[in-house]
Amino acid sequence: MSLLAFVAALFPLNTLGHYIHWHIIYISVANLTVIVLMIIVFAAALLAPFPGRKRRTKQ
Amino acid sequence: MSYTEIERQWTTRLRRRLVKVLPPEKALPDTQPAYVASWIYVFGVTTMCALAVVILSGCVLALRGPMWWHDSPEGHFVNSLHLWSVEIFFFAMVVHLWGKYFMAAWRGGRSLTWVTGAVTFLVSIVAAFTGYLSQTNFDSQWISTQAKDAINATGGGAYFNLLNFGQMLMWHIVLLPIAAVLLTALHVLLVRKKGVVPPFEDEVKAKP
Repeated sequence: MSLLAFVAALFPLNTLGHYIHWHIIYISVANLTVIVLMIIVFAAALLAPFPGRKRRTKQ
Repeated sequence: MSYTEIERQWTTRLRRRLVKVLPPEKALPDTQPAYVASWIYVFGVTTMCALAVVILSGCVLALRGPMWWHDSPEGHFVNSLHLWSVEIFFFAMVVHLWGKYFMAAWRGGRSLTWVTGAVTFLVSIVAAFTGYLSQTNFDSQWISTQAKDAINATGGGAYFNLLNFGQMLMWHIVLLPIAAVLLTALHVLLVRKKGVVPPFEDEVKAKP
Protein backbone atom coordinates (compact mmCIF):
# COMPACT_ATOMS: atom_id res chain seq x y z
CA MET A 1 0.00 0.00 0.00
CA SER A 2 1.44 3.36 -0.99
CA LEU A 3 1.68 6.21 1.51
CA LEU A 4 -1.01 8.13 -0.35
CA ALA A 5 -3.41 5.16 -0.22
CA PHE A 6 -2.63 4.67 3.47
CA VAL A 7 -3.44 8.33 4.27
CA ALA A 8 -6.56 8.14 2.09
CA ALA A 9 -7.67 5.06 4.05
CA LEU A 10 -7.13 6.91 7.35
CA PHE A 11 -9.16 9.93 6.24
CA PRO A 12 -11.85 8.76 3.79
CA LEU A 13 -13.23 11.88 2.08
CA ASN A 14 -15.55 10.14 -0.39
CA THR A 15 -18.06 8.95 2.19
CA LEU A 16 -20.95 10.69 3.89
CA GLY A 17 -19.84 13.05 6.67
CA HIS A 18 -20.27 12.20 10.33
CA TYR A 19 -22.25 14.59 12.50
CA ILE A 20 -22.58 15.21 16.22
CA HIS A 21 -26.08 16.09 17.40
CA TRP A 22 -26.45 17.29 21.01
CA HIS A 23 -29.56 19.32 21.89
CA ILE A 24 -29.50 22.36 19.56
CA ILE A 25 -25.87 21.76 18.53
CA TYR A 26 -25.49 20.01 15.18
CA ILE A 27 -21.97 20.02 13.79
CA SER A 28 -19.92 17.86 11.47
CA VAL A 29 -16.97 15.98 12.97
CA ALA A 30 -14.70 17.70 10.41
CA ASN A 31 -15.72 21.20 11.54
CA LEU A 32 -15.51 20.25 15.20
CA THR A 33 -12.00 18.83 14.63
CA VAL A 34 -10.87 22.12 13.06
CA ILE A 35 -12.32 24.13 15.98
CA VAL A 36 -10.59 21.87 18.54
CA LEU A 37 -7.30 22.18 16.61
CA MET A 38 -7.63 25.99 16.61
CA ILE A 39 -8.14 26.00 20.39
CA ILE A 40 -5.09 23.74 20.86
CA VAL A 41 -2.93 25.94 18.59
CA PHE A 42 -4.17 29.08 20.38
CA ALA A 43 -3.26 27.63 23.81
CA ALA A 44 0.12 26.44 22.50
CA ALA A 45 0.85 29.89 21.05
CA LEU A 46 0.27 31.44 24.48
CA LEU A 47 2.28 28.88 26.43
CA ALA A 48 5.09 27.73 24.12
CA PRO A 49 8.41 29.57 24.59
CA PHE A 50 9.44 31.74 21.65
CA PRO A 51 13.04 31.30 20.42
CA GLY A 52 15.28 34.17 21.55
CA ARG A 53 12.68 35.82 23.83
CA LYS A 54 14.98 36.00 26.88
CA ARG A 55 17.78 37.56 24.82
CA ARG A 56 15.42 40.20 23.38
CA THR A 57 13.91 41.02 26.79
CA LYS A 58 17.43 41.58 28.25
CA GLN A 59 18.25 43.96 25.40
CA MET B 1 9.87 75.91 -12.30
CA SER B 2 9.77 78.24 -9.28
CA TYR B 3 9.94 77.09 -5.66
CA THR B 4 6.33 78.17 -5.12
CA GLU B 5 5.17 76.13 -8.10
CA ILE B 6 6.96 73.03 -6.76
CA GLU B 7 5.40 73.62 -3.34
CA ARG B 8 1.93 73.68 -4.90
CA GLN B 9 2.35 70.49 -6.96
CA TRP B 10 -0.02 67.71 -5.90
CA THR B 11 2.85 65.20 -5.90
CA THR B 12 4.83 67.36 -3.44
CA ARG B 13 1.87 67.87 -1.16
CA LEU B 14 0.87 64.19 -1.28
CA ARG B 15 4.45 63.01 -0.55
CA ARG B 16 4.73 65.32 2.45
CA ARG B 17 1.38 64.21 3.77
CA LEU B 18 2.25 60.50 3.38
CA VAL B 19 5.61 60.96 5.13
CA LYS B 20 3.86 62.85 7.93
CA VAL B 21 1.15 60.19 8.35
CA LEU B 22 3.49 57.22 8.10
CA PRO B 23 7.20 58.09 8.41
CA PRO B 24 9.55 55.58 6.64
CA GLU B 25 11.10 54.44 9.95
CA LYS B 26 7.60 53.47 11.14
CA ALA B 27 6.53 51.91 7.82
CA LEU B 28 9.63 49.69 7.66
CA PRO B 29 11.02 49.52 11.22
CA ASP B 30 14.39 47.96 12.07
CA THR B 31 13.20 46.36 15.32
CA GLN B 32 10.01 45.46 17.15
CA PRO B 33 9.29 45.70 20.92
CA ALA B 34 10.48 42.74 23.04
CA TYR B 35 6.90 41.62 23.78
CA VAL B 36 6.38 40.80 20.08
CA ALA B 37 8.66 37.76 20.62
CA SER B 38 5.68 35.44 21.22
CA TRP B 39 3.99 32.81 19.06
CA ILE B 40 0.65 34.61 19.39
CA TYR B 41 2.05 37.41 17.22
CA VAL B 42 2.91 35.16 14.24
CA PHE B 43 -0.64 34.36 13.14
CA GLY B 44 -1.22 37.70 11.41
CA VAL B 45 1.80 37.09 9.18
CA THR B 46 0.71 33.46 8.66
CA THR B 47 -2.67 34.75 7.48
CA MET B 48 -1.01 37.10 4.99
CA CYS B 49 1.29 34.35 3.67
CA ALA B 50 -1.72 32.09 3.17
CA LEU B 51 -3.55 34.95 1.41
CA ALA B 52 -0.59 35.29 -1.00
CA VAL B 53 -0.84 31.56 -1.87
CA VAL B 54 -4.63 31.90 -2.24
CA ILE B 55 -4.23 34.79 -4.70
CA LEU B 56 -1.41 33.13 -6.68
CA SER B 57 -3.16 29.75 -6.97
CA GLY B 58 -6.37 31.62 -7.84
CA CYS B 59 -4.54 33.43 -10.66
CA VAL B 60 -3.34 30.08 -12.06
CA LEU B 61 -6.91 28.71 -11.85
CA ALA B 62 -8.18 31.84 -13.62
CA LEU B 63 -5.85 31.11 -16.58
CA ARG B 64 -7.62 27.82 -17.30
CA GLY B 65 -11.12 28.52 -16.05
CA PRO B 66 -13.36 27.09 -13.31
CA MET B 67 -13.85 23.68 -15.03
CA TRP B 68 -10.13 22.91 -15.35
CA TRP B 69 -9.84 20.96 -12.12
CA HIS B 70 -12.52 18.44 -13.21
CA ASP B 71 -10.52 16.89 -16.03
CA SER B 72 -6.85 17.61 -15.32
CA PRO B 73 -4.56 16.27 -12.57
CA GLU B 74 -2.63 19.57 -12.68
CA GLY B 75 -5.88 21.49 -12.37
CA HIS B 76 -6.91 19.28 -9.46
CA PHE B 77 -3.57 19.96 -7.76
CA VAL B 78 -3.85 23.76 -8.17
CA ASN B 79 -7.48 23.66 -7.05
CA SER B 80 -6.47 21.68 -3.94
CA LEU B 81 -3.64 24.16 -3.31
CA HIS B 82 -6.24 26.94 -3.50
CA LEU B 83 -8.60 25.13 -1.11
CA TRP B 84 -5.99 24.21 1.51
CA SER B 85 -4.38 27.66 1.48
CA VAL B 86 -7.86 29.03 2.19
CA GLU B 87 -8.18 26.55 5.09
CA ILE B 88 -4.85 27.78 6.53
CA PHE B 89 -5.89 31.39 5.86
CA PHE B 90 -9.06 31.05 7.96
CA PHE B 91 -7.40 28.89 10.61
CA ALA B 92 -4.62 31.45 11.18
CA MET B 93 -7.01 34.40 10.93
CA VAL B 94 -9.31 32.97 13.62
CA VAL B 95 -6.37 32.32 16.01
CA HIS B 96 -5.10 35.87 15.23
CA LEU B 97 -8.60 37.22 15.94
CA TRP B 98 -8.84 35.37 19.28
CA GLY B 99 -5.39 36.60 20.28
CA LYS B 100 -6.20 40.23 19.45
CA TYR B 101 -9.64 40.01 21.09
CA PHE B 102 -8.21 38.83 24.42
CA MET B 103 -5.44 41.47 24.17
CA ALA B 104 -8.13 44.14 23.56
CA ALA B 105 -6.08 45.16 20.54
CA TRP B 106 -8.25 48.24 19.94
CA ARG B 107 -6.52 49.98 22.90
CA GLY B 108 -4.35 53.05 22.40
CA GLY B 109 -6.18 54.54 19.42
CA ARG B 110 -6.09 51.29 17.44
CA SER B 111 -9.86 51.05 16.87
CA LEU B 112 -9.54 51.47 13.09
CA THR B 113 -6.94 48.68 12.99
CA TRP B 114 -9.42 46.41 14.77
CA VAL B 115 -12.30 47.44 12.51
CA THR B 116 -10.35 46.90 9.26
CA GLY B 117 -9.35 43.43 10.54
CA ALA B 118 -12.96 42.57 11.42
CA VAL B 119 -14.26 43.81 8.04
CA THR B 120 -11.53 41.81 6.24
CA PHE B 121 -12.76 38.73 8.10
CA LEU B 122 -16.35 39.36 6.93
CA VAL B 123 -15.26 40.03 3.33
CA SER B 124 -13.20 36.81 3.41
CA ILE B 125 -16.27 34.82 4.49
CA VAL B 126 -18.22 36.13 1.46
CA ALA B 127 -15.19 35.39 -0.76
CA ALA B 128 -15.05 31.82 0.55
CA PHE B 129 -18.81 31.45 0.08
CA THR B 130 -18.66 32.57 -3.57
CA GLY B 131 -15.73 30.17 -3.96
CA TYR B 132 -18.01 27.30 -2.92
CA LEU B 133 -20.49 28.52 -5.55
CA SER B 134 -17.75 28.52 -8.23
CA GLN B 135 -16.82 24.84 -7.91
CA THR B 136 -19.05 23.86 -10.87
CA ASN B 137 -20.28 20.65 -9.23
CA PHE B 138 -23.32 19.31 -7.37
CA ASP B 139 -21.97 20.76 -4.13
CA SER B 140 -22.07 24.31 -5.51
CA GLN B 141 -25.55 23.70 -6.98
CA TRP B 142 -26.82 22.48 -3.62
CA ILE B 143 -25.27 25.37 -1.67
CA SER B 144 -26.59 28.01 -4.08
CA THR B 145 -30.15 26.67 -4.13
CA GLN B 146 -30.21 26.38 -0.32
CA ALA B 147 -28.62 29.79 0.36
CA LYS B 148 -30.61 31.78 -2.20
CA ASP B 149 -33.66 31.78 0.11
CA ALA B 150 -31.62 33.44 2.89
CA ILE B 151 -30.34 36.15 0.53
CA ASN B 152 -33.81 36.65 -0.98
CA ALA B 153 -35.29 37.02 2.50
CA THR B 154 -32.99 40.02 3.04
CA GLY B 155 -34.12 41.61 -0.23
CA GLY B 156 -30.59 41.41 -1.61
CA GLY B 157 -31.31 38.68 -4.16
CA ALA B 158 -31.86 41.20 -6.96
CA TYR B 159 -28.29 42.47 -6.56
CA PHE B 160 -26.54 39.30 -5.42
CA ASN B 161 -28.12 36.36 -7.26
CA LEU B 162 -26.63 33.10 -6.00
CA LEU B 163 -28.05 31.20 -8.98
CA ASN B 164 -26.18 33.46 -11.43
CA PHE B 165 -22.90 31.58 -11.82
CA GLY B 166 -21.22 34.33 -13.87
CA GLN B 167 -22.01 36.97 -11.27
CA MET B 168 -20.79 34.78 -8.39
CA LEU B 169 -17.56 33.93 -10.25
CA MET B 170 -16.89 37.63 -10.93
CA TRP B 171 -17.46 38.50 -7.27
CA HIS B 172 -15.15 35.63 -6.31
CA ILE B 173 -12.26 36.40 -8.66
CA VAL B 174 -12.46 40.21 -9.00
CA LEU B 175 -14.42 42.26 -6.47
CA LEU B 176 -13.90 40.32 -3.24
CA PRO B 177 -10.16 39.57 -3.74
CA ILE B 178 -9.55 43.29 -4.49
CA ALA B 179 -11.49 44.24 -1.34
CA ALA B 180 -9.68 41.64 0.80
CA VAL B 181 -6.21 42.65 -0.44
CA LEU B 182 -6.86 46.41 -0.09
CA LEU B 183 -8.30 45.97 3.41
CA THR B 184 -5.36 43.76 4.41
CA ALA B 185 -2.92 46.40 3.10
CA LEU B 186 -4.75 49.13 5.04
CA HIS B 187 -4.77 46.91 8.15
CA VAL B 188 -0.99 46.37 7.93
CA LEU B 189 -0.32 50.09 7.33
CA LEU B 190 -2.39 50.92 10.42
CA VAL B 191 -0.43 48.35 12.45
CA ARG B 192 2.78 50.02 11.27
CA LYS B 193 1.44 53.50 12.06
CA LYS B 194 0.12 52.73 15.55
CA GLY B 195 2.54 49.91 16.41
CA VAL B 196 1.77 46.42 17.72
CA VAL B 197 -0.53 46.52 20.74
CA PRO B 198 1.44 45.98 24.00
CA PRO B 199 0.42 43.42 26.65
CA PHE B 200 -1.69 44.83 29.53
CA GLU B 201 1.18 44.79 32.05
CA ASP B 202 3.47 46.78 29.71
CA GLU B 203 0.74 49.37 29.15
CA VAL B 204 0.28 49.79 32.93
CA LYS B 205 4.07 50.22 33.39
CA ALA B 206 4.21 52.84 30.66
CA LYS B 207 1.59 55.03 32.38
CA PRO B 208 2.99 57.76 34.73
